[in-house]
Amino acid sequence: MSEGHSTYTPKTGIERWFDARMPSPRLIHDSFVSYPVPRNLNYMWTFGGILSIMLASQILTGIVLAMHYTSDTNLAFDSVEKIMRDVNSGWLLRYMHANGASFFFIAVYLHIFRGLFYGSYKAPRELLWILGCIIYLLMMATGFMGYVLPWGQMSFWGATVITGFFSAIPLVGNWIQQLLLGGFAVDDPTLNRFFALHYLLPFMIAGVVVLHIWALHVVGQSNPTGIEVKSKTDTVAFTPYATIKDAFGMIVFLFVFAYFVFYLPNYLGHADNYIVANPLKTPAHIVPEWYFLPFYAILRAITFNVGPINSKLGGVLCMFGAIVMLFLVPWLDTSKVRSAVYRPWYKLFFWLFVADAVLLGWLGSQPAEGSYVFMAQMATLFYFAFFLIILPVLGLIETPRRLPNSITESVLEKNKGGSGHPAGATAAPQTKG
Amino acid sequence: MKKILTSLALIGLVAAGTAAFAAEEGHNAAAPTHFPINEPKEMSWSFTGPFGTYDKGQLQRGLKVYKEVCSACHSMNLVAFRTLSDLGYSEAQIKSLAASYTIHDGPNDAGDMFDRPGKPSDHFPAPFANEEAAAASNGGAAPPDMSLLAKARGVERGFPQFVFDIFTQYDAGGPDYIHSLLTGYDQTPPAGMVIPEGTHYNPYFMSGVSLKMPKPLSDGQVTYDDGAPQTVDQYSRDVASFLAWAAEPHMEDRKKTGFRVLFFLLIFGALVYMTKRRVWADVAH
Repeated sequence: MSEGHSTYTPKTGIERWFDARMPSPRLIHDSFVSYPVPRNLNYMWTFGGILSIMLASQILTGIVLAMHYTSDTNLAFDSVEKIMRDVNSGWLLRYMHANGASFFFIAVYLHIFRGLFYGSYKAPRELLWILGCIIYLLMMATGFMGYVLPWGQMSFWGATVITGFFSAIPLVGNWIQQLLLGGFAVDDPTLNRFFALHYLLPFMIAGVVVLHIWALHVVGQSNPTGIEVKSKTDTVAFTPYATIKDAFGMIVFLFVFAYFVFYLPNYLGHADNYIVANPLKTPAHIVPEWYFLPFYAILRAITFNVGPINSKLGGVLCMFGAIVMLFLVPWLDTSKVRSAVYRPWYKLFFWLFVADAVLLGWLGSQPAEGSYVFMAQMATLFYFAFFLIILPVLGLIETPRRLPNSITESVLEKNKGGSGHPAGATAAPQTKG
Repeated sequence: MKKILTSLALIGLVAAGTAAFAAEEGHNAAAPTHFPINEPKEMSWSFTGPFGTYDKGQLQRGLKVYKEVCSACHSMNLVAFRTLSDLGYSEAQIKSLAASYTIHDGPNDAGDMFDRPGKPSDHFPAPFANEEAAAASNGGAAPPDMSLLAKARGVERGFPQFVFDIFTQYDAGGPDYIHSLLTGYDQTPPAGMVIPEGTHYNPYFMSGVSLKMPKPLSDGQVTYDDGAPQTVDQYSRDVASFLAWAAEPHMEDRKKTGFRVLFFLLIFGALVYMTKRRVWADVAH
């Protein structure tokens, strides 16, 4: 969609001067003003913008926090409390940063689920999807290391448990674990390298975000019907149409974010992280941040050995496998139809998958004992079955609903009263939100 | 195929449902497996809710309880005397309060450590020289530092309560726990329960049936001069409020700012929404 002629005409002398040397105003104009977007995008398409402002917010608050933070195991906890008590608006910076991480993940999960629902990963958007998965992976590494920095009990024990996974890898496992830790246990070298990496990774995320947006601007946005843009009537200009819609989406999101920052700043955290790290005292239940809980549940669900693979390695493989699934989605889904709107069975399984992910998250927060283990095993089974069985098989046997001929047709049909859709109740679900 | 898939989905749901109920297994009163035995009682606090503020009189009483009772064993390392102005004390009052403490300082020009009266910039001095000394004097368990206690304690709320908590803005898990624990002594353990030697039964304790700390407060122990009842219940409320302040001294500022931010976003959001409607008015979408 970015091919075609640039409609930018420099109006002022300064613009002409730049345009002849380094056409950055043209780039901005073509990317964020005249860039054509499908006219039928719903509010689920505002999360790209929301994620951008969350990344910017995390980087800005993080840089200022780093000015006051000390990455020494004897001083880290107190330096964070100094920020909370004595630094001007330090409490605001820290709560924005800590809750910002959570809301970054809320937004990215909604963004990923939107992609899964509308089949946004299908050709020609596979690379766009994979770049997104890489961003998600980098976010997880950043979030994990950031949680270690306050040096509370959960910081320390979470780091101990998660770096312990690597020791399960045959032959090189212990070496990798010691490289991560800078020693044999979580200690000062660990904290220092985590701080350095926690500062580095967000800039790597920003770099991959640029690639993600580049790839997006080559293939163009998908849309709720999943039909490619065919004519000019299918699209509207990015500005003002998408800009104003994104702005409203961002404000609603920021409203919820602010509600947590100002009224429930510790709701998404763990009380134990207000206790300074003590290597001699294990907390009753070690739980990671909420956004890792589904993967934590999958890790702990593997309580049995399979041939040469013991339960520990099996758990680690399943946990990483759960993320690898996302990378493979473009090739696991065999359906020719993109959007779940026209795929009744896929839609059902999609929502079951969402429920399964939420269930796994809850199980991850519960102790791994009794019936929780069995439930986690069943939920893990469904998680992998969704990707490895349901996605490939459903695409081959499912009969999709009739697709409209174009985005414009679907929009006009809907505005006439949804006559094109058989069931009145589900008429035009692509415009939900 | 429809039937197969529907039944598969049903089986999944039923399995998940029964397993959830199975998780709630019966328990033995003499050997409980989940702590605390009793959930903390939810009290009414002045500082909860969107417009919550600390009750200065209550914080002053709480400080008195801390000074006269808790501080014998519990440190409060992160709290500086100067911050007590939040409690309504004047600069002169803070100076004299700080001066009533002896601070170990140094080295001086001669290289010697020395004792001096406290200054407002000092923090509350700890009752023990180090954690080992604190543990040795208290039956092997060092009393925790109290600066962050109100945020470092909280009993898991469980489903669905934790969802409701978002809407009720429940943020008093720590103070509720502290109050319940302090008023939870003097109860008779169920028949057959084993209480380890040197520990004290308390059904509100979140890590076991009993704890090392003996009942710290009794009626009439601390003298109030503002007419508040001198009961264990009142002392517990006051000290829990004081600890809530100690853990989150900028809470009032936070909630006030929050109201302004949300109000702004609401108005701004409404304006942007109307603009959006206008921009899209002529485009079917």
